Order: sequence, then C-alpha cells, then structure tokens
Amino acid sequence: MIRQVAKAFTCLAALAGLFALGSGGALAQNEVKSPTLDAVKKRGQLICGVDTGIPGFAFQDSAGKWQGLDVAYCRALAAAVLGDPEKVKYVGTTSKVRFSVLQSGEIDVLIRDSTHTLTRNTELGLAEPAVNFFTGESFMVRKALNVAHVKELNGATICVLTGTTLELNIADFGRANNIKINTLLFEKPEEAFAAAEAGRCDGYTDDGGSVAASRSAMKNPADWVILPELISREFLGSYTRQGDERWSILVKWVHYAMLEGEVLGITKANVDQIKGETKDPETRGFLGLEGNFGKFLGVDNDWCYKIIKSVGNYGENYEMYFGPNALALPRGWNELYTKGGLQAPLPWR
Amino acid sequence: MVRRPSRRAYVGQWIFLLAVIAGAGLLLRMLAENLALRNMHFGFGFLASPAHFDIPFHLISWSIFDNYGRALLVSLLNTLLVSAMGIVAATLLGLTVGIMRLSVNWLIRNLALVFIESVRNTPQLVQIIFWYFAVLQALPPPRGSIVIPGGLFLNVRGLYVPDVIMSEGGLFAWLAAIALVATPFAWRLKFGAKRVGPWALLLPICAAGLLAAGTERIEFPKLTGFNITGGTQVPPELVALWAGLSIYSSAFIAEIVRSAIEAVPKGQHEAAQSMGLRRAPVLFLIVLPQAIRIMVPQLTSQYLNLIKSSTLGAAVAYPEIFQIFAGTVMNQANKEVETIIIVMAVFLAINLLASAFMNWYNERVALVER
Repeated sequence: MIRQVAKAFTCLAALAGLFALGSGGALAQNEVKSPTLDAVKKRGQLICGVDTGIPGFAFQDSAGKWQGLDVAYCRALAAAVLGDPEKVKYVGTTSKVRFSVLQSGEIDVLIRDSTHTLTRNTELGLAEPAVNFFTGESFMVRKALNVAHVKELNGATICVLTGTTLELNIADFGRANNIKINTLLFEKPEEAFAAAEAGRCDGYTDDGGSVAASRSAMKNPADWVILPELISREFLGSYTRQGDERWSILVKWVHYAMLEGEVLGITKANVDQIKGETKDPETRGFLGLEGNFGKFLGVDNDWCYKIIKSVGNYGENYEMYFGPNALALPRGWNELYTKGGLQAPLPWR
Repeated sequence: MVRRPSRRAYVGQWIFLLAVIAGAGLLLRMLAENLALRNMHFGFGFLASPAHFDIPFHLISWSIFDNYGRALLVSLLNTLLVSAMGIVAATLLGLTVGIMRLSVNWLIRNLALVFIESVRNTPQLVQIIFWYFAVLQALPPPRGSIVIPGGLFLNVRGLYVPDVIMSEGGLFAWLAAIALVATPFAWRLKFGAKRVGPWALLLPICAAGLLAAGTERIEFPKLTGFNITGGTQVPPELVALWAGLSIYSSAFIAEIVRSAIEAVPKGQHEAAQSMGLRRAPVLFLIVLPQAIRIMVPQLTSQYLNLIKSSTLGAAVAYPEIFQIFAGTVMNQANKEVETIIIVMAVFLAINLLASAFMNWYNERVALVER
C-alpha cells in the first residue's frame, strides 16, 4: 500500500517535473530577443531618424522642440519601450543619406515620410513595418495658369526634389499620357520654393502631405492651387533593419496601437478615466489590465496606455498636424477602415 | 641583410607599398562583407538598366528609356561644359582684374581690390545661390519675354536661341568642326622655309561655308501656351553656376596674375620702356609672357578647384554629375557605394587629365636652364 502510494507520488512528481520543464521552455520562447530593443533599453534613449524639417511630419517649433506626425511615432515608441516619450534623440536625415544612416546602425528606426517600395525592401535590405501615411504624388501650380488637371501640364516645368521617387513618377505619368512635363531638380526645398516663387517653374510636386505643407510656406498661398489628382501611390512609413524581426514587429504594433486607440475611442484626455472605469474586455486588454500582450512584444504590459497617455491616438495627431487648423489636408485614405479609409489595425488577440 | 642605404630605402618602400595594398584589400573585404550582411550586392551591372527619369538639360540626346550609363555620360558632359566655360571666363576676368590691380589709376586699382576682397571672402555656395536668384529675379516671365533681334527670346526660363538643324546626319557639321580645330595647327605648318601662316584662316571660312551648305532649316523658338517651344534653351541654372564659378575663381586668379607680374624683374619693364615701347606693348609683349611661367602652376590648382566646385551646381538645379549620378541614380538604383566610387573616379580622371595638360604646358613655357 505504502509502496503503491509512493509509486503514485513518484509518478506525479515526474509529471509535475515534466510540466515544469515544458512550461519553462514555453517561457523561454516568449522571451523577446532583439538586439535593437536591448540596445535602446540599455542606452535609456531611442535614436529616431526623422526628416530635417517638413511641416506636418517633422519640424522644430519656435522653442526648438520637435513636432509632427513622424515625431509622434518616435515619442510613442519611446513611451512603449522606455516609459518616457521624452527619451528620444532625433537625427535629421536628408533623403540622400537616410537609408545609409539606418543601415550603419546610427539610428534605431527611420520614421521620415519615406515611401515603401519593393527595391528598398529587397535591394537595400530594409524592413518596412508600418505605413503611417497613405498619400500619392500631388502637384501644386500657379493659379494664373488656369490648369485644373495634371494631364493639362504638357510642356510645363515643375520643381522637384532630387533623390526621391517623384522624378520617376512624373516620367511614367508623362509617358502613359503622352505628354511631357519638364522637371527641375533641386537638392533642398528652400531653393525649390524660391525658384517656383520666382517663376522659374510653373509648379512644385511632392507627396500629398508635403505639397500641402509647401503651399503654406509660399509667400502668398492663395496664388497656388493643388491639383486634385494623385499620380502615384506614396505610402509613407517606418523603416527598420532586417535581421531584427522582433524590433520591426514592435514598431509595427506601436503603429497599430495608435490606430486601435482611435478605434476604441481612447484619447490622451480620457485614457485615465477609461482605464479606471472600463469593463470592456477588448479595452482592458488594450490598456494592459488583462492578458499579456506587452510581454509578447518585449515591453511593459501597459505599453498602449503609455502611448496614448503621452502622444494620443492616430486621429488626434492627424488633427494636430494636418487638420483644418494646421495644413488643412483632408484625411482621405488616412481615415480608419471603418470610415472608408485605409488605416486598419490588426486585432488585439 | 641589406646593407647599402639606397637598397634599404627600396626595401622599405616596397614593404610600405605592400602594407598599403593589404590595408586597401582589407577595407574592400570588410565593405563586401558588410554589404553582404545587409543583403546588398556590390557591382556595376546597374549601369545597363533603364533610368526612367528625365534630365532637364542635356547636350546629347536623352530620353527616359536610356540607361544609367548614358545618364552618367549626359551629366558628365554637363559638368565638363560648365567647367570649361568657367575656366575660360575665370581666366579672362582674372587676367583683367589682376592687371587692373596694378593700374596707376587710383579708382581702377581700388575697384579691383574691392572686387577681389569681397569675392574671396564670401562662401562660394552663397555666391552661386545669389547669382541664381539674381538672374531669376531680373528676368520676366515667359509671356513677357524679352525679344532679341535674330529670333532670340530671353525670360526667366532661360535664353532661347534658334536651333540649326543639319542635314546628312550632321556630316557637314563634323567637317566644319574638324576644320576649326585644325586651324591653329595649320597656322604653324611649314612647307620648306615658308610658313602657312595667315593662309590657315581659309579653313574657318571653309567651315562657315560647310555649315551654310549643310543647314537644312533653322527652327526658331516661339511662344506657345505658357512656354516657349522650339529652339535651344540655355537654362538660367547654367548661367548662374557659370557666373558663380568663374567670378569666384577669377578673384584668386587676379591675385595670381598680380603677384606673377610683380615677380617679373623690374629691369625688364624699364628696359622695354627705354626701347621706346608704350605701356600696353610693354605689358603684353615683355612682362606677361614672362609672368605666365610663374602663373601656370598656381593656375593649375585654381582650375582643378573650379572643376571640383562645379558639384555645387546641385544646389541650383543644374544637372551635373553629382546631382544626377550621386543623387537621382544613387537613390533610384539603390547603389550608394558604387555611384560614389564612380563619381570620385570621374573627378579624379578629369583632374588628372587637366593637370597633365597644364604640366605639359608648364614644361613648354618654362625657362630651360642649363
């Protein structure tokens, strides 16, 4: 009898041991291995590559503080990883050097209104985690030209920034429509604006958001009209290095967190109140009151709470930098999927 | 052991050379490894792929279906064009200002001084951008073009000159060009004791005749819509860059000219004057030919600087090699290392050729001392 009991106990013990081992293994699998994430945590600071200065996406305000949609993403990422949106070092990058700076490891992530393309994903060996701004190449021309559509620009000269995908789009569009649009390639926007202002070119072209920004920078914005067509897809988003899958996944889900906040109606202002009162399981999971979504990503469980608390949701940021009081750019493709837009977060499950 | 000092020096140099080669090899290997790590491949095959973008100003034909290799050639020619124009203008202007600097007239002398000091002491990029916007602001929009007799138009988009369209695939034009190039050589030819001399001027006259014979029609620019079509456009970017490069270099050249003239022994000057020569012949026949010997080595380095500075054209939308190749092509083809290597190699080649030519010239004009 005693023997049998002992046997049973041994069996149980062995089983328990097996489970313990198994669950230990499972825990080990959940642990996130990412050299970039580790480096950021150890450094206590995120190094974020942004534009050198463009209204809407990344610019320094009169106090020298970085502002803009891309900057908000840097802050959100820092809030999720380090718990503090201020722990970011911004590195302004030109369109020529941006990818080299990322590849060489000088920055942790590049969030710089950069178009996602096939060759950048393959030949440059970069990962494209998330699109934070859907737009296309847009044209701004002098009102006095009386041009209503891009197709009527035959023979016109357009100022363009070099080192971008824009030159290609213009050539392709011209070929497809059997017209010739002349281009004038500038290194920096300041000279391009000044040349447009002086009448050297009939218009200026860039991504939709940037064109709206450029128009606001002209001496007399009312003299310029933005044509309705977008001649290309320019889906702008973040870039990371390949070979650090977990870091790219984190960058991707920080973007989704900004969107999910808007889907759930959680804003910077009401996030504390909702956190205290909510019984909705989805919201509780999102804010880290239930489940362990944060652990799967290698950050604290209340990472989404920290993001919304420090920078707000996607809609709030769009409103702040592109809304009627800023660049007055309609949300269009950047609306949530529920309102006919393209911005769609994957489910928190 | 190697005992003789001369041989020891040799061995040392060889070891140093090997170390340099090994170092370079190591760097290249590291580059290849790092590129491979990022799934990038080193190679120049991309030169054959189609470019699909437009180059606003080109001397030879360019279409968006041409490949990156031709883009390199087109932008290289643009660089060479502005460099050559810059060197000629900078030399002429520099010579003038340098001579003005030595004038006995107070006003002329000090005007030259003010010019030199203000140009030498401001950044070149700022000057180029200044000229660009000065040119743009001064010119009217296309609809209000200044019409210059002979079918020329001048407006903010540039200077439009009539296009001469040659028949026979430009054969006559080539013959005319050859005749022009051959003229100075023909001048020096000797038949027996007789020099060809002024008879060589028949060649340019023939060239003009050939051009007239080969011209099929002349296309005049005309105002259509909101632009001028037809004819050849000289863009304001070229003019601004040309002005920026040549004016900046001319200030340095002026100082070189002045110092070289002053370095010619005063006795030469006085001797020439005592022969009854007037001021101008003294300068151009006696002093300057001797001063050139002193100038040439310094001029060479000014010319090389000017060629390198032509990359500043990227700031004013002049499609030179740095902007087109190290800008658009680099971005389009995703080949950073390769494009920069090519641009550096091209500039190295241009500058080595230029200095080789100047060295040859220097040897020709230098005093042969025995």
